[in-house]
Amino acid sequence: MVMRDMRQAFGATVSDLVHVDERVAVVLADISTSYFERAIGANPDRVINVGIMEQTMVGVAAGFAMEGFHPIAHSLSPFMAERPYEQLKVDFGYQGLGGTFVGFGGSYDYASSGGTHHAPADVGVMLGIPGMEVFIPGHGDEMDAVLRSTYANGRPTYIRGSLTTNTDAHDVQPGRIQVVRRGTGATVLVFGPMLDRTVAATEGLDVIVAYAASLRPFDEVGLAAIVGDAPVLVVVEPFYEGTSAAVLTDALANRPVRYTSIGMPRAFIHSYGEPGDVDADLGLDTAGIARRLRAILMR
Amino acid sequence: MDTRRATLDDVRTLMARTTGDEKHEESTTSTMDALWVLYDRVLRIDPDTPDAEERDRFIVSKGHGPAALYAVLAAKGFFPAEWLDRFLEHDGHLGSHPDRTQVPGIEASTGSLGHGLPMAVGVALALRAKGAHDPRTTVLCGDAELNEGSNWEAILLAPQLALGGLTLLVIDNHSSSLTMQPWAERIGSFGWDVHVVNGHDHDALERALRVRHADVPTAIVADVPEGEW
Repeated sequence: MVMRDMRQAFGATVSDLVHVDERVAVVLADISTSYFERAIGANPDRVINVGIMEQTMVGVAAGFAMEGFHPIAHSLSPFMAERPYEQLKVDFGYQGLGGTFVGFGGSYDYASSGGTHHAPADVGVMLGIPGMEVFIPGHGDEMDAVLRSTYANGRPTYIRGSLTTNTDAHDVQPGRIQVVRRGTGATVLVFGPMLDRTVAATEGLDVIVAYAASLRPFDEVGLAAIVGDAPVLVVVEPFYEGTSAAVLTDALANRPVRYTSIGMPRAFIHSYGEPGDVDADLGLDTAGIARRLRAILMR
Repeated sequence: MDTRRATLDDVRTLMARTTGDEKHEESTTSTMDALWVLYDRVLRIDPDTPDAEERDRFIVSKGHGPAALYAVLAAKGFFPAEWLDRFLEHDGHLGSHPDRTQVPGIEASTGSLGHGLPMAVGVALALRAKGAHDPRTTVLCGDAELNEGSNWEAILLAPQLALGGLTLLVIDNHSSSLTMQPWAERIGSFGWDVHVVNGHDHDALERALRVRHADVPTAIVADVPEGEW
């Protein structure tokens, strides 16, 4: 079976939603338009390419939402989550409107493009908008499942797409954590596309590996049950280190848990190459995560 | 007061009930005539059913200085006039920028400049996608608000989407730090049909606000003297 990448899955699923639900409107800003040629041809009134204007892309999507549509807007992560941030905050968040915003490229999928095209802050800033739901699928089929389960939820929803994927898809019901590997020691909670490398990095370690594809909603009860009385929680997250901290400390309030995050350091990257090259530089490849984990667990 | 027979004098009386908006007094008054012409003569919005599907859409993008807007809405019966007495107060519904979740008849929550016109483009597109060709979409901006680049994105976009049902009303009280003139040449060059009118001339405002082309959006610049009401 040829695995669809997450961006192909996004294009196919959103095109299908346009076809099956006449209340779906897609607003693009010149990115990924090739995935939507047929949808634009079939429904030119509901699939709109506004050109390279991300503020207006989000404003137009809000106009569709005001009229009862389920808008889906999309660009690369820096131009979806960061450039039109105030439109997401005001036009959707403050106004209480629902819409789906799909970013691709965080944190450094487009490693060779330089820091203008990196977006390791995307999930953090989206969590800063009250009511904004945040999903981090780790596979094309998870992208499909997340889109279908959230597009009509009536709430603003950010989906962090990535070209980096895990080999297998997991069942990603909103706000559910699943245990991928059982153990008796520390809990290693992994978000989205970091799963495969983290599973490999925990080879030979007696730890629980749990997987989550959403930060809001978050499975607070599930995490508390998985962590149990064990005092150590390590998070492996594909964005800035500590992005998940506020959510997790809420989930584990009043428990004596030692929390450590393995994620992207808060520094700009000025090197190029492939994402794997940057992973190795930052210690976010399998070997680097294994080293960090062993150091944390030895403490 | 009979809201079906309210007059502009009633609006002035109602506006006096709002206090504490001194900072934006200038813009409050510059919009009153245009707002009155819209609600009294042009817009088809029933205050009893302000969410009706067939209504005209009106977005006040320039959210600051809303006293005239609130007074017109109260005069027309969208909410009780008593609300005006609690303008800006903690237990009231009327802030210094309108909130669609709090005030009947307010289509969009605005205050941060440059949001209304892009949203209005989306509303006009959504109406077209629904096959609702009758309702028109009007958005009110300030001259200084048009400094914001997001407006010029939408000004570039709307004619290319052939949004004939869209009207941009600019209240030009000459508050922009940058020169915005000549309006007709600037906005017109993007493909809009531009009308510059006296912002206190009710008949001229009405004529311009009723202009509607099949596939060309309309821009109206309502000129009011600098610093004046």
